[in-house]
Amino acid sequence: MTYISDNFDVAVIGAGHAGIEAGLASARLGCKTAVFTINMDAVGNCPCNPSIGGTAKGHLVREIDALGGEMGKTADECLLQMRMLNRGKGPAVQSLRAQIDRRKYADVMKHKLELQENLYLRQAEIISLDHEPDGKWKLTTRNGATHICKAVIIASGTYLNGKVFIGDTSYNSGPDGIFSADFLSESLVKIGLKLRRFKTGTPARVLRSSIDFSELESQPGDENIMHFSFENTEDCENKVECHISWTNDNTKEVILKNIHRSPLYSGMIEGAGPRYCPSIEDKIVRFADKPRHQLFIEPCGEDTEEMYLQGMSSSLPEDVQIEFYHTIKGLENVQIMRSAYAIEYDCVDPVQMNNTLEFIDFPGLYGAGQFNGSSGYEEAAAQGLVAGINAALKINGKDPLILDRASSYIGTLIDDLVTKGCSDPYRMMTSRSEYRLILRQDNADERLTPIGHDLGLISDERFERFNEKCRLKAQELKRVKDTVIPPTKEVNDILVSRETSEITTGIRLIELLKRPQLSYDALKSVDVTRPELNRYIFEQVETEVKYEGYINKQRIQIEQMRRLEQKLLPVDIDYANITGLRLEAVEKLNKVKPVNLGQASRISGVSPADISVLIIWLSVKKD
Amino acid sequence: MTDKTIAAIATAQGQGGVGIVRISGERAFEIADRVFTSVSDKKATSMTGYTASFGYVSDNDDNQLEAIMLVFRAPHSYTGENVVEISCQGGVYVTKSVLRSILDNGASPAEPGEFTKRAFLNGKMDLLEAEAVMNVISAKNKNSVKAANSVLSGTLSKRLKSVKEELLTVCAHLSAWADYPEDEIPAVNEDEIKSAIESSSSLLQRMIDECDAGKVMTEGIDTVIVGKPNVGKSTLMNMLTGYERSIVTDIPGTTRDIVEDTVTLGDYILRLSDTAGIRTTTDVIEQIGVDKAKDRITTGELILAVFDGSSELTEDDKKLLEDISTCNSVAIINKTDLRQKIDDDYIRSKVTHTVYTSAVNLSGKNELINALDQIFKTGTFNPSEGILTGERQRSTACAALSALKEAEYALGSGFTLDAVTVSLEFAVEELLQLTGERASEEIVAKVFERFCVGK
Repeated sequence: MTYISDNFDVAVIGAGHAGIEAGLASARLGCKTAVFTINMDAVGNCPCNPSIGGTAKGHLVREIDALGGEMGKTADECLLQMRMLNRGKGPAVQSLRAQIDRRKYADVMKHKLELQENLYLRQAEIISLDHEPDGKWKLTTRNGATHICKAVIIASGTYLNGKVFIGDTSYNSGPDGIFSADFLSESLVKIGLKLRRFKTGTPARVLRSSIDFSELESQPGDENIMHFSFENTEDCENKVECHISWTNDNTKEVILKNIHRSPLYSGMIEGAGPRYCPSIEDKIVRFADKPRHQLFIEPCGEDTEEMYLQGMSSSLPEDVQIEFYHTIKGLENVQIMRSAYAIEYDCVDPVQMNNTLEFIDFPGLYGAGQFNGSSGYEEAAAQGLVAGINAALKINGKDPLILDRASSYIGTLIDDLVTKGCSDPYRMMTSRSEYRLILRQDNADERLTPIGHDLGLISDERFERFNEKCRLKAQELKRVKDTVIPPTKEVNDILVSRETSEITTGIRLIELLKRPQLSYDALKSVDVTRPELNRYIFEQVETEVKYEGYINKQRIQIEQMRRLEQKLLPVDIDYANITGLRLEAVEKLNKVKPVNLGQASRISGVSPADISVLIIWLSVKKD
Repeated sequence: MTDKTIAAIATAQGQGGVGIVRISGERAFEIADRVFTSVSDKKATSMTGYTASFGYVSDNDDNQLEAIMLVFRAPHSYTGENVVEISCQGGVYVTKSVLRSILDNGASPAEPGEFTKRAFLNGKMDLLEAEAVMNVISAKNKNSVKAANSVLSGTLSKRLKSVKEELLTVCAHLSAWADYPEDEIPAVNEDEIKSAIESSSSLLQRMIDECDAGKVMTEGIDTVIVGKPNVGKSTLMNMLTGYERSIVTDIPGTTRDIVEDTVTLGDYILRLSDTAGIRTTTDVIEQIGVDKAKDRITTGELILAVFDGSSELTEDDKKLLEDISTCNSVAIINKTDLRQKIDDDYIRSKVTHTVYTSAVNLSGKNELINALDQIFKTGTFNPSEGILTGERQRSTACAALSALKEAEYALGSGFTLDAVTVSLEFAVEELLQLTGERASEEIVAKVFERFCVGK
């Protein structure tokens, strides 16, 4: 029996990292929003590593914050340790990574949802999704409630037909022993979505007191902590250390001896796993000549003794897990609290969506996170935010928000997904952005906060603080250009000690800062007019001065890219009718339905010759 | 989009023996049947592909012009559409009359490059082939045909393949090293990056040099003749061209305009312009000519500076020598038949190549050719190796090279490797454009904007 329950503007299925951002954004933009979770205690759960950020993922978190999302703020609140990765490798690839208290993170996020006006958090499993004749969607819960909604965002993570594998044991389950969503898939297929299987995995959680840390290298956090949120400028302390250990020949031997018992190698798992986050057995088989693999031992929280073994995910049987974990230094007597497992789940091929994350053929239906084929909390949150914003914009009768590749990693992520699709869980990397000297984590606010303010996700107060920061930065940039440093002995001593050439006449400060050997800090004593400013402003000015040439070059590339993006392609066109396109290109173009030439040029299987055909076809059509 | 049926004269317009007018499009047969009358009563609409018919075309003045009609049925034609080619007597008047009659009967005049554009759109050739066709068409001698053909056969891509792969490997390594800070990716060895940059830079530099040499051989050298009035510039030009083109008198300032002509000297094609003599003048018209001459020094690819050997160097001469000392220039010392008063050591201190000549004995031609060999290093030009043809390819190669130089600079001056990576990736992008593995609007536009009508 079903009964008619509340109606909503937007319904979000799932309350993981994607669902949270989607729900908050939609509610904050004035839509009556429901967020359905299969288990109220699993809201904002981190079923894999107890950390947020990492290379390129840290960029995503900063961008989410700059646009008005919640992930960065909550991660800051639950911080155990913060590190800036890749410090020496250049400003483009520096990313923040935080160890967080995972239980606290979930609690804080759940509470934020509860407190959010317009947002209704419900524990319910959605078992069907039906298209109503008036274009709305009807959701039915397992307990029989029906909800009519103008838009639906599916953020089902690994729950959708989730199946856990530990060796030859397998059962239907979501992550961390929570129910899987076993009914929704059938309903999605019925309305015409094409589903496929992906898999991912997680390592064991082990008891802290059973680890011998005495001979393990420790990894402390940064001395000066930078936060994810641009709003957060308070000093804070690291609370924990992580530790590093290594696999060895014995580990390899145990794993290889038992490899036939892995469900991956026996063929039980059909889903495609993440190439960029392989299990330990995968690493040992694929990189057979590598003598050892690194692993990180990370605390799961302040109020728990559970420790996470990053780099050691596995789907081997429990007895094999115990045996190989025990071969590792420091883990000889380790007690496993939760076993490592692989999980297989249903997801869609994201090329069925457009850049707003709305399904091309199903208006009002959106997807985000692992459901779209991505992997990672940060990737999920980024998509949730964009899907939530766009669902609300559509309901409010406004233009959609489309972030292009030059605007952000968020835009790059979504463009990659909806244009190229993915054959395994998609992970963000700095190398995926062709404009990475511009898409730095330090300037995410400059790139996105004005957009967030226009949308209504960034308050006027915050926007004013942001503008003030921009004013101070512009002022400092001008000062650096105007200030002349005289050729004194003190100055030249500094130059010589930094192995750069001496000056004989006065030189502008900007010219000195351009030299790779010199930094703001190095010139402090001779830069007498330097004002007191937030250190991030100095860092940013230094980056922009030093890398000016490279940054300008990227700006030119962006202009070229945007020219192709401005060549719009009709959405209702059948590419089979354009002579000169190769068959493969026709198929791909008809599948992806690119909105412009730029997007078309990034579709795999569409060759430059095909793009040339389209360019000419467009120009002939115009005449 | 190809609903228009187009027509144009497909052969060079000149004194040829036979001229061909090509019609392409859906209505090609129908239009051909209206203008062409076959002696055997054949109709294009009912003829099979690759067959010909003899007859005549009636022009607007009811003249009957003898012609042969060749029929190609889609898709087996140059453009992939129905095509009719009408061959007629080659005079300009005849071919134009035939074309006029075809246009009057419903065809539209073809835009520049439109036949090839249609061939491309109908999948008859890819973009690089189309570009090569353009180069073949505009080729002026056998070297340029060879060079363009080497593109058609893919030698350019093959030649670039190894450096492209080397750069890609380095880029991939740099990316992995940046994206997996905790995965023990070994730091990228700077020597490895340097060696990739060096081998690709040197190949690109070589290809650009060859291209320049090739361009000299295929397109000719933009040559400017300069010198103060009445040293014999026009005489030199006349000597090179073999007939009187400039007005030669002994009154200084006779040549006021820039006269263009093309001459062949050994293997070189020189596109000559004779300039007004450079001197201070009060004549307004002459001053315009003098200014033009000065401009041409900066734009010309070769400067032939003429001096009167029988008189001493003047201040004007010395100033001219200064101006041309940074250009590709040859000093021509004229009037060697008269008693020599000129300071040739001074000339040699400013200009590397000196050639002696006189209008009377016409000596110095071989010396001039030797000088050109040295200036344009044409010895490096091997047209059958994959070489860059055309300005588009050259400028893409230059962009790739300059990105590599930037990467090298970033590496050498202690910049972080992300800056190096960005420059290397830019270079790879340009190489992909060069080999046609990546398209941009600019390429397509550039390829087709230079097509000539008739192909």
